[in-house]
Amino acid sequence: MKITRIALAAAVMTAGAAQAAEVTPAEVQFDEYGAVEVSLSGAEGNPENGAAIMTSRGKGNCIACHAVTALNDAPFHGEVGPTLDGVGEYRTAEELRGIVANAKMTFEGSVMPAFYKTSGFIRPGNAYTGKAAKEEDLTPILSAQEIEDVVAYLLTLKES
Amino acid sequence: MNNKAMTAIAAMLIAAGPMAVAGGADDDKLVINGEIEMISKAAAPDHLDGALDEVISGWHFRTDETQSLEIDDFDNPAMLFVDQAIDAYDVVEGEAGESCASCHEGVENFAGLTAKMPKIDEDGKLVVMEDLINECRTERMQADEWKWSGNDMQSMVALISLQSRGMPMDVAIDGAAAPYWEQGKEMYYTRYGQLELSCANCHEDNYGNYIRADHLSQGQTNGFPTYRLKQAKLISKHNRFRGCIRDTRAETFAEGSDEFRALELYVASRGNGLSVETPAVRQ
Ligand code: HEC
Ligand code: HEC
Repeated sequence: MKITRIALAAAVMTAGAAQAAEVTPAEVQFDEYGAVEVSLSGAEGNPENGAAIMTSRGKGNCIACHAVTALNDAPFHGEVGPTLDGVGEYRTAEELRGIVANAKMTFEGSVMPAFYKTSGFIRPGNAYTGKAAKEEDLTPILSAQEIEDVVAYLLTLKES
Repeated sequence: MNNKAMTAIAAMLIAAGPMAVAGGADDDKLVINGEIEMISKAAAPDHLDGALDEVISGWHFRTDETQSLEIDDFDNPAMLFVDQAIDAYDVVEGEAGESCASCHEGVENFAGLTAKMPKIDEDGKLVVMEDLINECRTERMQADEWKWSGNDMQSMVALISLQSRGMPMDVAIDGAAAPYWEQGKEMYYTRYGQLELSCANCHEDNYGNYIRADHLSQGQTNGFPTYRLKQAKLISKHNRFRGCIRDTRAETFAEGSDEFRALELYVASRGNGLSVETPAVRQ
């Protein structure tokens, strides 16, 4: 009984701590080159999860536009963006975090969507229904932790 | 013929499978029934101000298998719908006791109309083919109007457009059409939705590139309504626009809305010079 209560209290505390450390989409600080210094979730990213997000249509769907040799098990890689092979070699975690959160801060006018942005859209929809969004502020396409997971995965792409 | 065409399609769908053919538009020649030479590539109209050098039919971005279905009317699955419209053309419907044929006589009298659509009507309003057809149905036949993207409507649009097949698109964008054209142009370059993508981002900046499994074309409308293999039916222009906007995680516009009429005029004008290709076949 006592143990459960302590465990519960601990769980509540960690949840609280994680929340305090999470940077909301409105709070993200981009430097003048579009890079983001601190982890958005306050935690480490999980590269395996990152790979899954990159190939999942409902999540990042990054391979719709980018080819990644290491993800060749997933069919159909796009050609709209550059290949991401070797990107972990020449880009830092901070640069990659900024690009995934909002690529337009790094590449002006980029066609790459902003994955951690919730307002300022024209006719925002309710996901892929074609109907109007229900809330004023949308849910970002990826969560803070999912962005960190994708960044962790990109950093594993060392050789081109 | 019906059965044979259907089996051929089924076989092709299986054979097509996952297969990526890299590169932009191909150099094949589009000749239909071995005799109608189509203009499937043309110098871009002046109003594009150099945004494109050449305008290219969506046919050039499809696989050989899909392409082959369009070059012979016996293989073209859209012709089943055209046949239905040929029958419907003679059917008397509505309180006035009229059919299309009782006013217009042979459907071949519509040759040339689609090359000029959308256009401005006597009241100065922009109208598209679906408007003209529904106006006949409700006012002259006193029959029910047809649903915008329904089979009856799109089959009739296809039959009428087929009468202009091979003629170059030549829609007017000046005079009373100018404000609608401007509105459509504005829409074409607006980055809609949570993905913040405009028509131009995909169909002007990236045609020829793959976006996942799709080989991006210039998004031309000269083949509409097109028979889409995935949906096994005729797809209207407005339905295609709606799908493309929905895919940007945006709130789309309604089929038959004034916004889509304006966009239809603008997109049609980007294809000025390309042959009317209706009914085209797409994946
Ligand atoms: C709709 C297309 C599109 C999607 C989807 C997309 N990107 Fe991009 N991305 C681009 C383009 C285009 C560029 C090149 C920058 C530019 O010119 O705008 C780019 C650039 C990048 C770069 C910089 C590469 C370099 O050369 O330094 C990274 C990293 C990147 N993308 C990662 C991702 C990840 C991760 C995702 C998914 C979470 C993603 N992209 C989704 C189009 C896209
Ligand atoms: C995210 C990318 C994207 C955007 C944005 C987009 N489209 Fe498309 N569109 C596609 C894809 C993919 C296809 C299917 C392949 C093809 O024909 O290009 C397509 C097909 C089309 C077609 C059919 C072409 C044919 O030959 O059958 C038309 C017309 C079209 N789009 C018009 C538009 C218009 C107008 C807009 C803006 C309102 C738009 N698209 C926005 C991706 C897009």
